Amino acid sequence: MITLKSLSHSYKGGQTIEFKDWHIKTNERWLLLGNSGSGKTTLLHLMTGILQPSAGEVNINGTSIYSLSSKSLDQFRGQNIGIVFQRPHLIGSLSILENLIIVQRFANLAKDMARIKEVLASLDILDKQNAYPAQLSQGQLQRVSIARAVLNKPALLIADEPTSSLDDKNAFAVLDLLLTQSELNQTTLVVATHDKRIKDPFSNTYIL
Amino acid sequence: MSPIHISWRSICSKPLSSSLNLLLIAFGTGILTILLLASTQINDKLEHNSKDIDLVVGAKGSPLQLILSSIYHIDFPTGNIPLKEAQSLMQNPWVKSAVPLALGDNYNGARIVGTDTNFVNLYQLKLDKGRIWHADFEATIGSAVARDQHLKVGDQFYGAHGLSGGSDIHKAKAYRITGILQPKGNVTDNLILTNISSIWKMHDAHHKGEDHDHANEASSENEHQEITSLLIQFRSPMAVALFPRMVNESTNMQAASPAQESTRLFSLIGIGVDTLQWFAILIMFIAAISVFVNLYNSLKDRSYDLAIMRTLGASRGKLFLIVITEGIVLTVAGALIGIALGHAVLGIISHFQESSQAKLNALYFVQAEVYLLISGLVLGILASIIPSWQAYNVNISETLSKN
Repeated sequence: MITLKSLSHSYKGGQTIEFKDWHIKTNERWLLLGNSGSGKTTLLHLMTGILQPSAGEVNINGTSIYSLSSKSLDQFRGQNIGIVFQRPHLIGSLSILENLIIVQRFANLAKDMARIKEVLASLDILDKQNAYPAQLSQGQLQRVSIARAVLNKPALLIADEPTSSLDDKNAFAVLDLLLTQSELNQTTLVVATHDKRIKDPFSNTYIL
Repeated sequence: MSPIHISWRSICSKPLSSSLNLLLIAFGTGILTILLLASTQINDKLEHNSKDIDLVVGAKGSPLQLILSSIYHIDFPTGNIPLKEAQSLMQNPWVKSAVPLALGDNYNGARIVGTDTNFVNLYQLKLDKGRIWHADFEATIGSAVARDQHLKVGDQFYGAHGLSGGSDIHKAKAYRITGILQPKGNVTDNLILTNISSIWKMHDAHHKGEDHDHANEASSENEHQEITSLLIQFRSPMAVALFPRMVNESTNMQAASPAQESTRLFSLIGIGVDTLQWFAILIMFIAAISVFVNLYNSLKDRSYDLAIMRTLGASRGKLFLIVITEGIVLTVAGALIGIALGHAVLGIISHFQESSQAKLNALYFVQAEVYLLISGLVLGILASIIPSWQAYNVNISETLSKN
């Protein structure tokens, strides 16, 4: 259960953006639709505790996240929220396996190799576990970044424009992965996009 | 995957700039280590060897040369002094004890010193094996000589003319080893001790031919007999000021004070040591700047990495730790390599050192090396504190929106 209540953010220029309230029930799939510049990324950052709102409250499974200290908020995010960015960005000096180990360690969870292998296998990239990010194709990197987002079985899986730079075939492949993984890992899914190609599988839409 | 591990992998992912930084710091620390070890050891040796000797009297010439040849056994003697004049100084009431030295021969680089048993008392030498020399051509050798030349009690050897090299060997008469001294940690370990008349007889025989009968010439030549120098201990501190002046003004000999000459020698070396020291500190400073520039520049590329780590649950403190550890690992590893390098280079230097008296020891450690390590740590912290602070304050939302 995720609730956004009278949330607003003031940009550096002094311009203020207000968001209408949003209730997301557990295991629902939501599409966050809006054109570029409409504040999608801002709203995602507010929801995930990355950006402090100027007013309002974000409540995830009973925790009002901005009442947490900076350190606890980081840890809460690591354990409860998985984010897939538009461009998959992995730590270049670490192997795929190590990139996933730090996800468990940063969230203050025990290292669990079986879980890492399970997720890699479900995304069909287990054979790349010892490779480095620079050796992988863009599509493989996208899969690793999805693996990273679902590894800790977060309550909320968020994807920011995951398909906008892809052709039809790949866009639907990525969408399919996100849907499968959110189902497999029992997470609530929010996909922020301006890409109307992918709106069909979603029953709920929040429009900016 | 601890912060140290992540920092380490980040260092390894930039092998060129990391090794440049390591090299700079290792080079600076290495030079400082060598200077530190060499100057401490030289200083120790200077003090240890001259600590009970108040004055050296020898032939006129350079006082430093007289000290170097008679106490440290490194330079050539200034010449000889008549035994008669030396004996009159030995009788002087200010003199507590005087040790005559007759130098000029060596065995495979170890100097043969003609002296009397006062030498043993002056340096408080103790025997390890055998006994002290009594008769002519008996010799007692230092522990290092026994070890390096594989000599034992009862062995015989031929001395050679000069202070090093074995081209001009005194074949007439061999020395027989009667005893080996305990290690003393000073120049006496490298000496061969015998009585003065052995040196005289060796040279008489050498100059006049092997089969010359010198039984009846000894007493007639007593008047012209010479020694190299006298090591003197005073009875009272009063003599320190007056006795040297008396020697220098009223005799044909010169008096030199080991303390004064050692200080002078060390101040001469000191200028070079100081210059090198500043040079090394400059290198380390440049190294610290290089580490800083590297971390600072790489932070631009890494800010996205760091922001991602924050979204994965890493706290600000953890990011600070990751970046500062990277700087510290570089400088401390550099300092460690530098110290090891310093010892290794000193080992190579001492391997090629000819004079065994001034030999430096590569396995000699001084406490100041710990300070070198600490200064590596401090440099690392100084170089990486600003980049670490930036990592601590990285604005995740802004950084993520930029890409």
